[in-house]
Amino acid sequence: MSELYSNEALFFDTFAFKIAGWLQVMQLNRTSHKQNIMVDHVSLSLIDWSRGQFALTAIYHWIFVPLTLGLSIIVAIMESIYVRTGDPAWKRITRFWLTLFGINFAIGVATGIILEFQFGTNWSNYSWFVGDIFGAPLAIEGIMAFFLESTFIAVMFFGWDKVSKRFHLASSWLTALGANLSALWILVANAWMQYPVGMQFNPESARNEMVNFWAVLFSPVAVNKFLHTVSSGYVTASVFVIGISCWYLLKKRHMDLAKRSILVASIFGLATSLLLAFTGDGSAYQVSQKQPMKLAAMEGLYKGKQGAGLVAFGILNPSKRAGDNADAFLARVEFPKLLSFLGYRNPEAFVPGVDDLMKGGFRPGYDHVNILEKEHTFSVEEKIIRGKRAVSALGAWREAKTAKDTVKCQAALAELRTNFPWFGYAYLNAPESVIPNVPLTYYSFHLMVYLGLFFILLFAMVLYQVTKDRIENRRWLLRLAVLSIPLVYLASEAGWVVAEVGRQPWVIQDLMPTMAAVSRIDASSVIITFWLFAALFTILLVAELKIMTRQIKLGPKEGGTN
Amino acid sequence: MFELLSTELLQAYWWCIISVLGSLLVFLMFVQGGQTLIYTIGKTEPERKMLVNALGRKWEFTFTTLVTFGGAFFASFPLFYSTSFGGAYWVWMAILFPFIIQAVAYEFRSKPNNLLGHKTYEWFLIINGLLGTLLLGTAVATFFTGSSFLVDRSALTNLADPIISRWMNPAHGLEALLNWRNVALGLSVFFLARVLGSLYFMNTIADEEILLRSRKQVLFNIIPFVVLFLAFLYGIMIRPGFAVHPDTGVIYGEMNKYYHNLVQMPIVMMFLASGVVFVLLGVALPLVDPVKNGSSGFWYAGAGTFLTVFALFCMAGFNNTAYYPSGYNLQSSLTIYNSSSSRYTLVAMSYVSLMVPFVAVYVWFAWRAINRRKIDAAEMDGDGHAY
Ligand code: HDD
Ligand code: HEM
Ligand code: HEM
Repeated sequence: MSELYSNEALFFDTFAFKIAGWLQVMQLNRTSHKQNIMVDHVSLSLIDWSRGQFALTAIYHWIFVPLTLGLSIIVAIMESIYVRTGDPAWKRITRFWLTLFGINFAIGVATGIILEFQFGTNWSNYSWFVGDIFGAPLAIEGIMAFFLESTFIAVMFFGWDKVSKRFHLASSWLTALGANLSALWILVANAWMQYPVGMQFNPESARNEMVNFWAVLFSPVAVNKFLHTVSSGYVTASVFVIGISCWYLLKKRHMDLAKRSILVASIFGLATSLLLAFTGDGSAYQVSQKQPMKLAAMEGLYKGKQGAGLVAFGILNPSKRAGDNADAFLARVEFPKLLSFLGYRNPEAFVPGVDDLMKGGFRPGYDHVNILEKEHTFSVEEKIIRGKRAVSALGAWREAKTAKDTVKCQAALAELRTNFPWFGYAYLNAPESVIPNVPLTYYSFHLMVYLGLFFILLFAMVLYQVTKDRIENRRWLLRLAVLSIPLVYLASEAGWVVAEVGRQPWVIQDLMPTMAAVSRIDASSVIITFWLFAALFTILLVAELKIMTRQIKLGPKEGGTN
Repeated sequence: MFELLSTELLQAYWWCIISVLGSLLVFLMFVQGGQTLIYTIGKTEPERKMLVNALGRKWEFTFTTLVTFGGAFFASFPLFYSTSFGGAYWVWMAILFPFIIQAVAYEFRSKPNNLLGHKTYEWFLIINGLLGTLLLGTAVATFFTGSSFLVDRSALTNLADPIISRWMNPAHGLEALLNWRNVALGLSVFFLARVLGSLYFMNTIADEEILLRSRKQVLFNIIPFVVLFLAFLYGIMIRPGFAVHPDTGVIYGEMNKYYHNLVQMPIVMMFLASGVVFVLLGVALPLVDPVKNGSSGFWYAGAGTFLTVFALFCMAGFNNTAYYPSGYNLQSSLTIYNSSSSRYTLVAMSYVSLMVPFVAVYVWFAWRAINRRKIDAAEMDGDGHAY
């Protein structure tokens, strides 16, 4: 070890670094004293603004993603018909929708890059704690999906006169495949946060390490989430295509293009909306097994019961608090026993409510992640105690390791492993912080489900009318279809609100709450970037909407330019 | 088969992959370099249209490589991801913002009713070209000059403040701009990107005026590139670098470390030397005879760029060197050994990496298919897609 070149010699050899060093010393005096670190808290406003920034950017990204997922397939189907039939009208139709696809795609890409890097910039502790597992799907997404997408999309746009018809068609399908593969990998990553599997905590590196790649990839949560989310994209794109085509019919323009598009989109939409409802049910089943608190919030269920009913319509009581005796609803209509049936495939099963999950001690009618909980359900307070045991065992392990005390090491490790399932509870300030925002979760969930059922009906009606060739006379249906465009976006965003708000405060269920996940930066920095993103994304969204509506008004050009 | 490799080899393998992606990224920055030249080389609207469309067919590759570079770094060296991105917050944000505006600029630029007008979108391209290259180069230079951060894994047991890595400079990364070596590399990347961008125009556009103006830009930009890049190399070699003791993992300052790395790894020296030669060759060929050699210069200079950057990454990470050094606390510095993923993840990801050549092949195939014919004014007015 060279004494000659200490830090100072390395760094203070330029004038510039003198300034940086001076700033450093100030910073040092403020925060980096060992004692100071002990009393320093991660500030609440930092957590809230970081959450806000993630939510903002994710919501913006998700405005564009579903259309990319679905429209890429619809365009590929249309082009396949063109190649099959050789009918130039289909080529014109394909190129018209491709134009809209391109506009949407560009801004989808622009918002996506931020999300990826935000795991590092804003959730750096998280990135270390689970990077060993979580980084993998992100990298695979880049190598496997994004390259496919971006390579062949260039052929789709610029290759019409440069490559053969078949090569072009193959490119269109490969682009669609790329988009959907990217959804697969990012959703595997997200599902893992909801239901962490296939890993083990390593006290040496202080992080979770992957032990089974296939368990991560084929986790039942991941499978359901992927199918439900991509089919939501297919439904979104179908509603979009039908809505715009119906607008043309209302205006009596491009009637042929409109009717052909409606035919393709309503068949595709009907099939995928059934898949959507089916996988939505699968998702709800997974939620009741793996995230019972989220389920309770989705249903506004405070007092659990056997044979619990599903709320068909209900208005929440705004003054209801966890633990009190007030009725959770001002008014409600219920399907008896349906919640127990949907959640546990057993009409008599006990479904725990928020209060039960807080107090513990009930006989669980479900198969939870934690084997230990099968025997006895702990209260949140008990879980906090166990979480703290796990964390101090980690500290003890590290100390014993430094002191090379193998006996103590083993004892600490055993204690850590026993209590690890509640590791994240140690960081909670109060037991109530495990309760997510109930009204937001509840209303979002119900809105999504109503709309899901409505879209099935819509596709069926539109398909029926278009096959009877009298859809242009059903003006109420045309108007309804146009109106459905904003509704489908609402349903889709609501779905993510259910999934993400419903799991608060966990970034990784039971293992890491948001407060332990953030980067250590000033709240003021995040506030600035939050507003920068908000302003920039809003401007770009407005620009996109203006361009999109103009292109729709222009319609397909004869000869077909995109 | 990857199971048979030692963990150290796997870590080295992944540093190679990161280096390949990083080198490809710098080569593909010809898009950014070209973007800064649209007004310099394009004097009329139709000319600018050709330039923008030439770049517009390729910008996605650069963008996707950047994303994949980030993802691969995350998967293989997660401690770098969390330390650098979470710490040097402002630099990375300043890099990301220009990429957001770039992504929409091509598609929106010439569309009617686009809110901001086509000039604004062209400025988006110029800003991206300037900041993207300059800041990314600066950030890479800190691999040699160091940053000030602290990594403390036991922080996880501190319930009120469990954050493992913390940045010790309140400028959160922007302080890197105060070190002339960092800026020298940043500017080198900027000028090199402009050289590559000009060569790319000569490679893809069939237009006399553009050819001549691009040639002039090659000449104007190669000179500052060479000067700044040599200054950077000299600047990092004459001073202490960050060495790791192979047995203890202790990090210490070693005089002329990066010079030693070159001498002790002759293959890297070869990469660097041949890289520079190829870049110069790529510049010289079209200067001698623009019409005959105009197209090939781009590929020589591109290969040269790849080799040069690859050599830089090897110098930063191999031969017992800490690739992400901390001047605040030497022992917090990141090496390819102390910051990597677990063995299991490295093996799993190594299988995934087998896809890289396959991706490279279809990218090449698609590139060829689109560039078979050079861009000319007639194509811009035809009925194909144009930005
Ligand atoms: C279910 C689908 C889905 C979901 C949940 C997400 N994305 Fe996304 N993403 C896509 C589906 C997608 C896509 C369909 O592939 C996009 C959207 C529009 C587009 O052009 O490609 C895309 C683009 C896109 C890009 C640009 C890719 C490029 O270079 O072309 C990045 C970096 C990300 N996303 C990253 C993320 C991250 C880090 C997410 C989570 C936090 C995320 N996305 C959520
Ligand atoms: C694109 C669809 C998505 C949307 C609309 C969405 C929505 C949200 C929302 C609303 C929040 C804030 C919740 C709150 O703080 O109350 C959030 C947080 C978060 N989401 Fe998502 N999300 C999406 C996809 C994902 C994916 C795919 C991942 C992981 C791969 C992810 C990871 C996170 C993380 C890390 C946070 C911050 C920590 C937290 O507050 O829980 N999100 N998201
Ligand atoms: C038909 C009735 C539907 C049911 C029963 C249903 C059920 C669910 C459930 C339980 C979740 C939460 C999953 C979780 O937290 O892990 C969810 C999420 C989601 N839903 Fe639905 N849903 C339905 C319709 C729709 C519709 C119509 C859309 C949009 C067009 C949609 C889009 C989404 C999205 C984007 C998510 C977030 C991703 C995910 O977690 O899977 N859903 N849905």
